[in-house]
Amino acid sequence: MAVHTLTAADKSAFKRELAEVVPHLRAFARGLCGRPDMADDLVQETLLKAWAAQERFEPGTSMRAWTFVILRNVYLTEMRRNRFRGEYDETVAERILVQSAEQEEPIHLNDMRRALMALPEERREALLLVGAGGFSYEEAAEICQCPVGTIKSRVGRARAAITAMLDGGEMPEGDHAKAADAHASILAELELVSAPAT
Amino acid sequence: MTLEINHGGEGEARQARAPAATAKQRPEWADGLRKLYDSVVEEPLPDSFRDLLDQLDKND
Repeated sequence: MAVHTLTAADKSAFKRELAEVVPHLRAFARGLCGRPDMADDLVQETLLKAWAAQERFEPGTSMRAWTFVILRNVYLTEMRRNRFRGEYDETVAERILVQSAEQEEPIHLNDMRRALMALPEERREALLLVGAGGFSYEEAAEICQCPVGTIKSRVGRARAAITAMLDGGEMPEGDHAKAADAHASILAELELVSAPAT
Repeated sequence: MTLEINHGGEGEARQARAPAATAKQRPEWADGLRKLYDSVVEEPLPDSFRDLLDQLDKND
């Protein structure tokens, strides 16, 4: 891989581009893990790693695609450490509901989120990249390091599943219960940690 | 060039294909998905990110 000798101007250009993609990193991270606080932790880690690896960034290529690869790796590493799972978060849904109060169909957006979080990891990721992030199948395949056909198939299955959930009213109750349990246990843990010593 | 073979040329051919492709690839909820993503993109950036970006230079 080409390693560039970076001038101060290069670094400042890199930093500017990095700053520009932060909102997109936050959106992708939130779609991946479903939890705003954890998503932001993932993005912070991503920014540090991106900065440390800036010699490997090819100027003129997509900063968004490049940083999404890093974010994805950070996320997968965290997943393997089992620090959190991609779960539907009730508080996120409530927030979106409030935020979208002026929109025509706030409940739809809430259901959308819920359906998205109910998808298997790889399909959710593929749908996020193509359907939300606006990447081409080819770009998404590069980000996920898999064949284009695999991405197309994942997106197709994800779309079919979401359509079935939203149109058919088949919201995944089982997964909800599990997510609620996971959420409750995390909250319980947090309370233990933050409980004042008495 | 080959598009000339189509009676209406490129424009009409594309228009004729569009509804089918839209129905297949962009279900009703597609805008909702985009909105979810955009709603986060448009959120004001927490200060913690500006602080982190400011720190990057200094740690070099």
